[in-house]
Amino acid sequence: MLFIKSINTFGSYLMLMSRVLTKPESWKMFSRQFLRDIYQLGINSIPIVLLISFFIGAVICIQMKLNIESAWMPKFVVGYATREILILEFSSSMMCLILAGKVGSNITSEIGTMRVTQQIDAMEIMGVNSANFLILPKISALVGMIPILVIFSIAAGIVGAYAIGYVTQMMTAEDLTVGLQYEFHQWYIWCSVIKSLFFAFIIASVAAFYGYRVEGGSIEVGKASTDSVVSCSVLILFADIVLTQLLMQ
Amino acid sequence: MIEIKNIHKNFGTQTVLNDVSAVFDNGKTNLIIGQSGAGKTVLLKCIVGLLAPDKGKVLYDGRNVVTFGKKERLMLRREMGMLFQNAALFDSMSVLENVMFPLEMFSDKSYDEKLKRARFCLERVNMIEAQDKSPEELSGGMQKRAAIARAIALEPKYLFCDEPNSGLDPKTSLIIDELIHDITKEYNITTIVNTHDMNSVMGIGDHIIFLANGEISWEGNKEEILHTNSKQLNDFLFSSEILRRVASEKI
Ligand SMILES: Nc1ncnc2c1ncn2[C@@H]1O[C@H](COP(=O)(O)OP(=O)(O)OP(=O)(O)O)[C@@H](O)[C@H]1O
Ligand SMILES: [Mg+2]
Repeated sequence: MLFIKSINTFGSYLMLMSRVLTKPESWKMFSRQFLRDIYQLGINSIPIVLLISFFIGAVICIQMKLNIESAWMPKFVVGYATREILILEFSSSMMCLILAGKVGSNITSEIGTMRVTQQIDAMEIMGVNSANFLILPKISALVGMIPILVIFSIAAGIVGAYAIGYVTQMMTAEDLTVGLQYEFHQWYIWCSVIKSLFFAFIIASVAAFYGYRVEGGSIEVGKASTDSVVSCSVLILFADIVLTQLLMQ
Repeated sequence: MIEIKNIHKNFGTQTVLNDVSAVFDNGKTNLIIGQSGAGKTVLLKCIVGLLAPDKGKVLYDGRNVVTFGKKERLMLRREMGMLFQNAALFDSMSVLENVMFPLEMFSDKSYDEKLKRARFCLERVNMIEAQDKSPEELSGGMQKRAAIARAIALEPKYLFCDEPNSGLDPKTSLIIDELIHDITKEYNITTIVNTHDMNSVMGIGDHIIFLANGEISWEGNKEEILHTNSKQLNDFLFSSEILRRVASEKI
């Protein structure tokens, strides 16, 4: 039963996507929506990304210092481990999980509200492909902005690590720098960015899907937002395993 | 002219529309009346194609939309305007942008011409002073008027209104009714209005169909409706004692 239901849901998701991924009727209107979504989904997320990454960077640094460093470990291990955690997992996967909460619920409630207040019907009646008009700009905006958010997150995490080292004096900036630069693989940054592109697509498309198919009133919109965040998170985690396998081998 | 033929619509085991047929002429305000839950909205949605009828035909000047493909349907929709029960203005846009929306989407005219057309429509509904406001800053009646302006922006051949008066005071209702009526006459539009507002029925009902139990139980115009013998219709029209007395004195 559950299996059939999920197949059904996946089918309607694909059908929605086939309406979304078409050429916009008017490029002018598309770019207007696109810029608005860049601002609303991307620029507006920068503060929370910086804030969380800064503190997580600091906390990872403390944990590494307290738990890993010992007499037979080189001093740079703290910086090295902090960097790897940030680049490999935190700044892509964990950050996208956080964004699924912020951006995903935003998208679902916006589109869901448009659905229940008949704004989507109004578009359809005019002959506008509402799925394409509303959802494509969001997907493009989030996919376009996510690499920037990932880079910002990595940078803020590293700043957080330096900051905690400076404030607590638990390690010198030199040790940290050596660690941060030790055996650096550029490919890892690319992995992070590539993964985040997929996650961004998942967040925007799945959240939009949940919003688009809301039926009823404000209670259903609220419920759809919650469901959408849960689904996005599960899908991101699942995609993370697959992508990590594929990219890191 | 819109013709509907033998429309059937069920939701699960519930029959909402059972063999409904009617003809809606252009240049006339056609009203669909009936109790809450009678299926007015469902019928209107079947006509505009937001719902697919289980059986039956919907002919727009002879073209059956039920068998239309995606493309043809989109083209037809550009000839339609619709006023929703809650106005359904896009709340991320200003009033002017709302009216510009269908023009920007589909018209190949220059920006200035589109702007001129949008301003003209807003003037027609007396909303030009509010053009820069956003929908939530407007009263219900103003929202409805802005939505009418948006609906007529592309010079539609067909106009649909779902309960244009719900939630409005009698005077504002009258203004909206007259606006719909005048626009219909002016541009020779085929207009279909869902309503349970008796003032509209008496005021602008060029052609009225009364929906009950999923069927058309009465059909006529605003003069005939006062002299009807149909008990069901009379019960619906003069639901309160006062109205009944007023009506009997008039007749
Ligand atoms: N999507 C739907 N799914 C199931 N049943 C529905 C659906 N839409 C409408 N109905 C049912 O169809 C019947 C007619 O509803 P409709 O909305 O057409 O009434 P109405 O005449 O417009 O009433 P009102 O004047 O209150 O707007 C109702 O009993 C309603 O429960
Ligand atoms: Mg209704």
